[in-house]
Amino acid sequence: MATQTPIVPAKGDAALSHRLFFDTVQDWLTTVDHKKIGIMYIVYALIFLVIAGFEALLMRIQLAIPNNTFVSPQAFNRLFTMHGTTMVFFVGMPILFGFGNYLVPLMIGARDMAFPRLNSFSFWISAFGGILLYFSYLGGDGLYGAGSAPDVGWFAYAPLTARVFSPGHSTDYWTLALLLSGVGSIGTALNFVATIICMRCPGMRLNRMPLLPWLYLVTSTMVFVAVSPLTAAQIMLMLDRYVGSHFFDTQAGGSAVLWMHFFWIFGHPEVYILVLPAFAFANEIIPVFSRKAIFGYPAMVAASVGIGFISLSVWAHHMFTVGLGPYGNTFFVFATMIISVPTGIKIFNWLATLWGGKIQFTVPMMFAVAFLFQFLIAGLTGIMLSVAPFDWQLGNSYFVVAHFHYVLVGAILIMIFAAFYYWYPKATGRMMNVAMGKWHFWLFFIGFHLTFDFMHIPGIYGMPRRIYTYEADRGWALLNMIVSSGAFFQAVASAIFVYNLVWSYFKGPAAGADPWDAWTLEWSTTSPPPAYNFAITPTVESRRPLWDLKHPEDPDSKYEL
Amino acid sequence: MIESAVLPQATTEEWKLPSRGVVGMVCLIAAESAIFIIFVVAYVYYIGKSISGPQPRDVLELPIVSSICLLSSSVTVHFAVSALHHGKRSLTSLWLALTVLLGSIFLAGTAQEWYQLIYHRGLTIQTNLFGTTFYSLVGLHASHVIVGLLMLSLSLIFSLTGQLTTKHTERLEVLSLYWHFVDAVWVIVFTVVYVFGR
Repeated sequence: MATQTPIVPAKGDAALSHRLFFDTVQDWLTTVDHKKIGIMYIVYALIFLVIAGFEALLMRIQLAIPNNTFVSPQAFNRLFTMHGTTMVFFVGMPILFGFGNYLVPLMIGARDMAFPRLNSFSFWISAFGGILLYFSYLGGDGLYGAGSAPDVGWFAYAPLTARVFSPGHSTDYWTLALLLSGVGSIGTALNFVATIICMRCPGMRLNRMPLLPWLYLVTSTMVFVAVSPLTAAQIMLMLDRYVGSHFFDTQAGGSAVLWMHFFWIFGHPEVYILVLPAFAFANEIIPVFSRKAIFGYPAMVAASVGIGFISLSVWAHHMFTVGLGPYGNTFFVFATMIISVPTGIKIFNWLATLWGGKIQFTVPMMFAVAFLFQFLIAGLTGIMLSVAPFDWQLGNSYFVVAHFHYVLVGAILIMIFAAFYYWYPKATGRMMNVAMGKWHFWLFFIGFHLTFDFMHIPGIYGMPRRIYTYEADRGWALLNMIVSSGAFFQAVASAIFVYNLVWSYFKGPAAGADPWDAWTLEWSTTSPPPAYNFAITPTVESRRPLWDLKHPEDPDSKYEL
Repeated sequence: MIESAVLPQATTEEWKLPSRGVVGMVCLIAAESAIFIIFVVAYVYYIGKSISGPQPRDVLELPIVSSICLLSSSVTVHFAVSALHHGKRSLTSLWLALTVLLGSIFLAGTAQEWYQLIYHRGLTIQTNLFGTTFYSLVGLHASHVIVGLLMLSLSLIFSLTGQLTTKHTERLEVLSLYWHFVDAVWVIVFTVVYVFGR
């Protein structure tokens, strides 16, 4: 049985049109609708993606040739600090929360998130954090003298953050921005968990829930145990800098290594907090364009939960070079290696989903296939670095930078692009331009591999991270030139992508409710969905409710346990 | 391919999900626990590492009375919830008032202790690592007590003005969960700071 979603006609009163602009602004500022908040998260993250990408370009120009003086050493320190902080806290987290906000209630057949006002609060406090971070360029030194941004690295190791070594307020802007972003993240994560547990539509038991909400549930639970320690450490750092306590003050007996532990207890689970939503997108996109149900649904859920648990016990592999002693090293080496088991299960399940499917190489599917290969390589260099003696050799080198950018760009960003092409029709009602999409894919693909494949090699040759320039006789010059030229391919590709987003909004072909012939609930309502999402609360009997609807003679519920 | 929007409607079954208030509070408690764990770890890690005095055994005394007050306030808030559940509104007010009173006695005890430490024993947050970790851990807990007391007082006011009715039972229960958490944290802080750390 199926029911039509009635479409409420838009208000078209001409007398009100002159007030339309202010009404629209007020509507977006005060909205508690999960779809609008989701879009605001995404747009906000895209703005910061452009800013932080621009910072990366400046760094690559500086490093393209030896003995370059394009930016000063001080400015370079600020650039890599701001690039890292922005990309993790003000691009990665908000864009994934944005997609989650938009998709989770739609996919579980809910009207909105569990706490709509908390949702709005979380977004605005995170947004304020990002603005505060960039305000440091104006206000970093306080009222006296020119401003400056934080320059302590995105991990802000003690004692560099002590008042003596970081005078002025630049480090405080960093601390406060992360504190606010952390509060927002915990609020949103709490909202996701409450929504997924308490708001599912009738019939959607946990074992019938699509994998995307499942992975957001795991990610959100990890936010509680990973982001909170960072919040605690930021409170300690604030006390150290303002009240004169001694948490990380080595002269009073405090420990700089304790900060490293606290930071990486957050920092490593954070990587999985960012990558699990990327897995979630792959879990939705790969089956639809293979025209098959996902292979091994229970194994996928178990692997995700397993990753969530194991990721909490691997943080000190960021600290092998500190010297943890043989027992600590052994534990963290094995914990880090074990996490590749559930990750491997996922890769095999995606491959098994592709196997024997009628694969359609649409733009989102192209990105998803690139993701599979690039994530595999990122994982393999990860296993290399998990071996403590190997890490002693290459720790703090460009090999490490290449490895984690392979994860963050090659896996996460690529899947975010895929998600854009896949769900854009749902959010706007229009398809994205395919030709531009393919240009975007190929240019970005070439640029990515030019940059990050070749970045491994100077690392092996001994080029350290965070240096602002290098001597010509080191033999790194050609490799760095290749790396930098790849960055420009990626910049051009990203510009095409942004242009495509805007162009398609006005000129893209109409999408209809279900352009991909997909199976999950978000495709059962109109594109864009009405404010109330579903006119009648849907009920489901299987993991693919729209398959059941389209194939009543052969529904999934016959096969699922 | 479906062109227009069609909603799947399967046969309905009995469908009951947990309360979002309780789930939300459990999530908040999980996040707060992680914050407290980090402060407790810092406290334990720095036990005996202070370069200068005073040391914990020189200045700390067991806050027995205020601890008993705080822990028994968990019982009174539970009685308040169950009184509200049974619609006994004046009894709810009484139990809530008692909870606020007991919490305030605890807070006054902490204030008294800090006054003694700062003005008579010369221990501030700047003195040494003990001062740093002690004031931040106990202070973090005390700030949670203050937040809890504010919300309980608000409930008391609503209860006295007759705006708290049986349909608010679940909300009061969510608040009581938070209060139980604050009490449970105190058990850990008490054990770490006043028993093992001394």
